[in-house]
Amino acid sequence: MEMSAEKVLGMYRTMALIREFEERAEALFLGGEVPGFMHMYIGEEAIATGVMAALRTDDLITSTHRGHGHLIAKGGDVKLMMAEILGKSTGYCKGKGGSMHIAEPDLGILGANGIVGAGMPIAAGAAFGCKYLKSDRVSVAMFGDGASNRGTFHESLNLAAVLCLPAIFVCENNGFGEGTRQCFHQKITDVSVRAAGYDVPGRTVDGNDVVAVYEAMDEFVTRARNGGGPALLELKTWRYRGHYVGDAEYYREASETVPWMEERDPINRCAELLLTKKWATQADLDRMGADVKAEVEEAVEFARKSPFPGPEELMTDVLAD
Amino acid sequence: MDMGVKTMSYREAILDGLTLEMKRDSKVFMAGEDVGIHGGPLGISVWKEFGAERVFDTPISEMAIMGLGMGAAALGLRPVVEIMFIDFIGCCGDEIVNQAAKMRYMFGGKVSLPMTVLTTSGAGIGAAAQHSQSLEAWLAHVPGLKTVMPSTPADAKGLLVSAIRDNNPVFFVQNKTLYDQKGDVPEGEYLVPLGKADIRREGDDITLVAWSGMVQRCLAAADLLAEEGIKAEVIDLRSIVPLDKEAVLASVAKTHRLVIVQEAPRTCGFASEIAAIVADEGFDLLDAPVRRVTAPDTPIPFTPSLETLYLPDAERIKAEVVALLA
Repeated sequence: MEMSAEKVLGMYRTMALIREFEERAEALFLGGEVPGFMHMYIGEEAIATGVMAALRTDDLITSTHRGHGHLIAKGGDVKLMMAEILGKSTGYCKGKGGSMHIAEPDLGILGANGIVGAGMPIAAGAAFGCKYLKSDRVSVAMFGDGASNRGTFHESLNLAAVLCLPAIFVCENNGFGEGTRQCFHQKITDVSVRAAGYDVPGRTVDGNDVVAVYEAMDEFVTRARNGGGPALLELKTWRYRGHYVGDAEYYREASETVPWMEERDPINRCAELLLTKKWATQADLDRMGADVKAEVEEAVEFARKSPFPGPEELMTDVLAD
Repeated sequence: MDMGVKTMSYREAILDGLTLEMKRDSKVFMAGEDVGIHGGPLGISVWKEFGAERVFDTPISEMAIMGLGMGAAALGLRPVVEIMFIDFIGCCGDEIVNQAAKMRYMFGGKVSLPMTVLTTSGAGIGAAAQHSQSLEAWLAHVPGLKTVMPSTPADAKGLLVSAIRDNNPVFFVQNKTLYDQKGDVPEGEYLVPLGKADIRREGDDITLVAWSGMVQRCLAAADLLAEEGIKAEVIDLRSIVPLDKEAVLASVAKTHRLVIVQEAPRTCGFASEIAAIVADEGFDLLDAPVRRVTAPDTPIPFTPSLETLYLPDAERIKAEVVALLA
């Protein structure tokens, strides 16, 4: 497939934006401004970016507890995201959801999720809805290697397969299920082998190569749009930070992250591609970097200035009229 | 327009309501285990009329079944998904408690999930401990869900239609011992609102509150009590959440004594909640403690002799009332 400069530049910017947002959010958390838990996406940017680049705004996704990257790549407004993370009334969920529960149906985001693996059944149901309504929309479930051991994975993939639903199951294999290394939580190395158990196509791709991610996703999305049914796409990556902010990471050595940061960083690799193909100069990239920095700074300011929700919000939105 | 009334069974009334809604609204579809060509283990299937596109079988996958309902509902459809026996909600606990019940609130009101979950409860047919429970208390304890439990054919139809039209997750809990019970059911479009109890029998001496399978036993107990000159008022809650507490309090204002009958185990059953509400908001109305006639804190035994002992019956209800009035 011929990638356009424009497409790759767009993906580079998205990855840079995610990285900047996450580093800033992490700093805010460490500074005591963020209640609750936060799970950083740093190092995994190519997955969210490449995957969402193959989707339309009206396609659906379910995200995870580590979902900021997914949401930004799907078109989320960093101001409204930052406000939600800080618990402000101007956030996507009026401050009632927080980092793990950000949602925006108008962008096809059926929610980040605090329960590992919980997004898959919802995504399968949404895929059914797309098919029932005779639209060509597709539904994507984001989840990790850890979640692939949950019953939700098996039930959802099986249901999607037998009903031939336009559902893509995207496994971000970052080598850990929470604080447990993959080799201790499953016997297999490639989660994609499980696809055979449901008679759907499965593929493993370098999750830190944004072009490879995009191309693989685009193939499965096109297939699903044309009635070809579900697929399992495994993207291998590494998370630079702990499971959650504050995780002492006793289960791994800091030295393990070094080769990923130095040789396999998704943003650096994309920069290399852009520079090699002369689709951008270093000055262009620097300018983009400054741009996203300003965008995130604006988001932080917006979030900080925003009010918390009033007491009347406690009792609203439990039930619909 | 004056619609007629037809005598039909509880099962037929449910099928009538389901058919009505599926004809009226193309967004309604039904999915679950054996709801298609099998015809449903308890006969609840409209597959023949609507075909496999709108009524279809799922694998034995309660998590995926609930996900099907949630995902489709999030897109604006009105799924009717079935969890065959309420005892199986443990298989999809997260989907019910952490997802369906909470998505709207966590998302700041951005989604609504207009889904109906059809399920069955009730002991009495020897189905044993894992197929006979009444778990409405579990559901009632989770904000964000509605639960209805009809005891008559008319209420079954009317509540099902209302449940399907409701824009929230509604658990429509059928009683498996009532399917062949007959009653008068209004023809055509007929709705029973959620959150409204029904006074099945009027009386001044004591209030009996029940739902689902226990309503008939309360009515039988009321007959026995009438022979002794005691006039019992029987309230069928019909709707667990939302609860018509006003109906209960209004009755207690009249009778000053309350006995609640539930076929679920005693501890933390829904009767406990009603008792707490009346003790709080109706304390001055009471001339006696609030009593609960319940099943014991045991799993449901298989053998008929013990199962019969397990369930509150008319004699036990009567004895409790008599003791209260003594």
